[in-house]
Amino acid sequence: MASAAHDVHSHDHHDHHHEESFVSKYIFSQDHKMIGKQFLITAVFMGLVAMLLSILFRIQLAWPGESSDFLNFFLGDQWAPEGVLKEDMYLGLVTIHGTIMVFFLLTGGLSGTFSNILIPLQLGARDMASGFLNMLSYWFFLLSSLIMFLSLFVMNGSVFGIDFPGEWGTVGNGPAMAGWTVYPPLSALPQAVSGSGFGMTLWLVSMAIFIAGSLIGSLNYIVTVLNLRTTGMTMTRMPLTIWAFFVTAILGVLSFPVLLSAALLLIMDRMAGTSFYLSDIMVGSEMLTNHGGSPLLFQHLFWFLGHPEVYIVLLPALGLSSEIIATNARKPIFGYKAMIGSILAIGFLSFIVWGHHMFITGMNPFLGSVFVFTTLLIAIPSAVKVFNYITTLWKGSIVYTPAMLFAIALVSTFITGGVTGIILADSALDIAIHDTYFVVAHFHIVMGMSAVFGMFAGVYHWFPKMYGRMMNNRMGYAHFWITIVGAYGVFFPMHFVGLAGAPRRYYDYSVYGEFDTESFNMIMDLNVIITVFAIIAALGQLIFLFNFFYSIYRGPAAPQNPWKSNTLEWTTPVEHIHGNWPGALPVVHRWPYDYSKPGAAEDFIPQDVPLAEGEVEH
Amino acid sequence: MENKLIMILIVVIGAIAISQLVRVYELTAKLRKHGEHEIPTRDNYLNSKLMLAFMILQFGGFIYLTMKYGWTGRGPAASVQGEATDWLLNLNFVIIIAVFFLTNFLLFFFSFKYVKKPGVKAYYYPHNNKLEMLWTVVPAAVLAVIIILGLRTWNEVTSASPKDAIQVELYSKQFDWTARYAGGDNTLGKTDYKLILGNNELGLITAATIDSSILAMRQGAGGILDIKKLLNNRDTVLTDSLTAVLRKDLGSKERLLRLLTQMKSTHNASLDKHAYDDIIQKDTLYLCVNKPYEFSLRSKDVIHSAYFPHFRAQMNTVPGYGTRVKFTPNKTTAEMRTIKNLPTFNYVLMCNKICGGAHYKMKLMVVVLEEAEYNAWMKGRAAKNFKATYFPAPAAPAATVTPAKDTVKTAMN
Repeated sequence: MASAAHDVHSHDHHDHHHEESFVSKYIFSQDHKMIGKQFLITAVFMGLVAMLLSILFRIQLAWPGESSDFLNFFLGDQWAPEGVLKEDMYLGLVTIHGTIMVFFLLTGGLSGTFSNILIPLQLGARDMASGFLNMLSYWFFLLSSLIMFLSLFVMNGSVFGIDFPGEWGTVGNGPAMAGWTVYPPLSALPQAVSGSGFGMTLWLVSMAIFIAGSLIGSLNYIVTVLNLRTTGMTMTRMPLTIWAFFVTAILGVLSFPVLLSAALLLIMDRMAGTSFYLSDIMVGSEMLTNHGGSPLLFQHLFWFLGHPEVYIVLLPALGLSSEIIATNARKPIFGYKAMIGSILAIGFLSFIVWGHHMFITGMNPFLGSVFVFTTLLIAIPSAVKVFNYITTLWKGSIVYTPAMLFAIALVSTFITGGVTGIILADSALDIAIHDTYFVVAHFHIVMGMSAVFGMFAGVYHWFPKMYGRMMNNRMGYAHFWITIVGAYGVFFPMHFVGLAGAPRRYYDYSVYGEFDTESFNMIMDLNVIITVFAIIAALGQLIFLFNFFYSIYRGPAAPQNPWKSNTLEWTTPVEHIHGNWPGALPVVHRWPYDYSKPGAAEDFIPQDVPLAEGEVEH
Repeated sequence: MENKLIMILIVVIGAIAISQLVRVYELTAKLRKHGEHEIPTRDNYLNSKLMLAFMILQFGGFIYLTMKYGWTGRGPAASVQGEATDWLLNLNFVIIIAVFFLTNFLLFFFSFKYVKKPGVKAYYYPHNNKLEMLWTVVPAAVLAVIIILGLRTWNEVTSASPKDAIQVELYSKQFDWTARYAGGDNTLGKTDYKLILGNNELGLITAATIDSSILAMRQGAGGILDIKKLLNNRDTVLTDSLTAVLRKDLGSKERLLRLLTQMKSTHNASLDKHAYDDIIQKDTLYLCVNKPYEFSLRSKDVIHSAYFPHFRAQMNTVPGYGTRVKFTPNKTTAEMRTIKNLPTFNYVLMCNKICGGAHYKMKLMVVVLEEAEYNAWMKGRAAKNFKATYFPAPAAPAATVTPAKDTVKTAMN
């Protein structure tokens, strides 16, 4: 049955090949490989924007109130008159930095890119289950990215003269300013902060479109994994990358709609006068009539997505690193089934821990206790994963490609950021450090650095598959070492800033200067160090950018299987063809981790090689 | 503008220069018949050594920062509850730092040791159930201890205050804090946001405040009568949008007036005394050492968070939803100054939930006094309770209340 369908498909491909115009090949492409690359390029652009925003506000934090041409250059006289950042825009920068990094770079960019490229290739499928939906998911992503980007330029309720019908379409300066979590009432009331006008409307519209695109994409991934595996590719022979993408997609399908509903209710509160989140409010001297709503409802809905979201960001990175570590250590991943089990356990648990973001919101303390318990349970499958990675390296024969460096660094950040999670999950301790820089350090290391490292590892490792050329390794090394030293230099000292008491999202720490000069000196010293490292790390990314774009056009031609890897994507021709394999689809005979198997001639045996006589499957 | 152009030009030229250098490097690599995908042994060894060096850097950095700043950079806890939290925090830190060193050491040491060496093949080792069981059970056991101890402290810190705890309300708005002491009866007067007006800025409910609010809503500046007059004035032509705004405003105010009238009809004036002896305090929150405090938290506009870094206490203030936090300060400001060796030190209450542009400036000084000093201060302060500030001159109460009664009658007619 399967082979008949494939024949028809490859026949299609044959007819199709000559018809492809520039538009259908590069723009409205339905080919998963091209869509993956489109996701990647869009996400790289958005990531750069978000990184630049972080440098802008880091300058303010290190040298508060000092004039900087750099700030004036990027923000203009409106937001940085005489080179000093305005208070409102500080919050705007923080908000959009967080939103872009979490959703556009690490959700759309990471899972969008690699799910698209790897799911069909590693499963032995001609393409995604629905090429059209796949294309649609990218275009929703692109549209939402554009809207989010444009929201940075809101001025007097319009963007470059483009207005929006309705009451809040005509007020507001700057992007959303309520933090990436956009808690109402701050985000619901344009009177409360200038970003809660048109900027917030654009934020909500952009996120609604983003969620729609993400749902379409996730459904497609799930269907493809369940239905389009090639002959012999049982679920327990799938590479861990696919397991990670699969569980990620399920998490997305189950949790993103809840954020969509939260956003829709917020839009109603803003535009239709409802009171889902508002009750008994007086802004300035204006008394609102809203009664009976609860801001906590929004927080529950937001974090019901928000926590699974952490794993939507993290699991693909862990999946990619599993593959890369096994390949480059020339060893099977240790405890393959335990790895699958921990991915599933993490996925399940991620749905029942959201309350740990809300210990001090006034939620019932008993409910808090339940969330302490469930949250700390997640540490168990996480520990299993870490120890399995370490054991995979033990007695390996490690080849240091840039991808391998990033993958090992990911395990390191997963540990370093993970252990502080144990403190934050403990509600009694969270009281003292909630919303301080300790939290900022924690989630930037465990989620931000880990996922970004996973993404870099993925790009370096699969670049030959994506572009048919090799990236330059030496530049990759330079990029890696600058990035890891820079990123640790940024986020490690932040723990100490937080323990000194510094709240996050503060424009400056003059309040400590007034009350507790000991803490103040410590915070200010460390803030300067952090900003210097941030600038170094940001400059390091230029090496990557250059290497990436240069190699697309001028890199040396890639061999078919440059890393001597077992998975199916390396059995396809270097030149991209529609349908992936020129002839019949490969048939799978073994798991993907037969590296250095005793008795084999080579130190790797691709999945489509039949078992030798007398050979036992792992 | 010129600067921008020059900067862009420099970036472009720099990129071209680097690309040419890379090209040269790649061509020479090709001449040496160097397959680009084969990692040279030298590079492999270099990176493995750098892995070890990075581990030393990471551990060194951690030790340096801990020695220099410690993990209680804000000084010792200044409350009974805070001391319990700090004890638990220290214990947790010991555990996680041990895990941090152990796992990072294994990771980086293996990365260094097992770099590819000529003639050495990796050891095929797909799984070992005993080992995997070990690192499932051990973390689970450690976590059980952490959970049990954590929940014990959490229950202590969040349990109800003793009956004799001093009642204080903290009221937050963009961008300041106001404290309200419950006065001699230790019972806070009830509040409603619809009564916020003039010198009743916390919206305390008393017969008099309800009357004044009804009066203002009906015939104060910008009140219902004003708006109606504006809408019905045939001499001025209003734009459609202005009319819409005014009608909307009128709708809200009529609704609020109905609610106020309802409130008046159900109001129990015998409870007014709880409000009248309340003491409203701005700028500084005075606390008495070793006395349990029960703070009721309230917000006027958006979510704020009452964050006392030195007392290790924190709780959000949520509009339309009362929250609470308790602690017992156990070090006076003077004592803490000696401990920290910092004569200018003061406790502070900050806002720790993003609440608008001046979020970072929203603070309240906190002073913890010895009991005698505290009582002396309170004695002086009690004379200026809500009753005294709301009715400034002895003759005033009658003057405020009388017209209000009339108004209500008119409104009801």
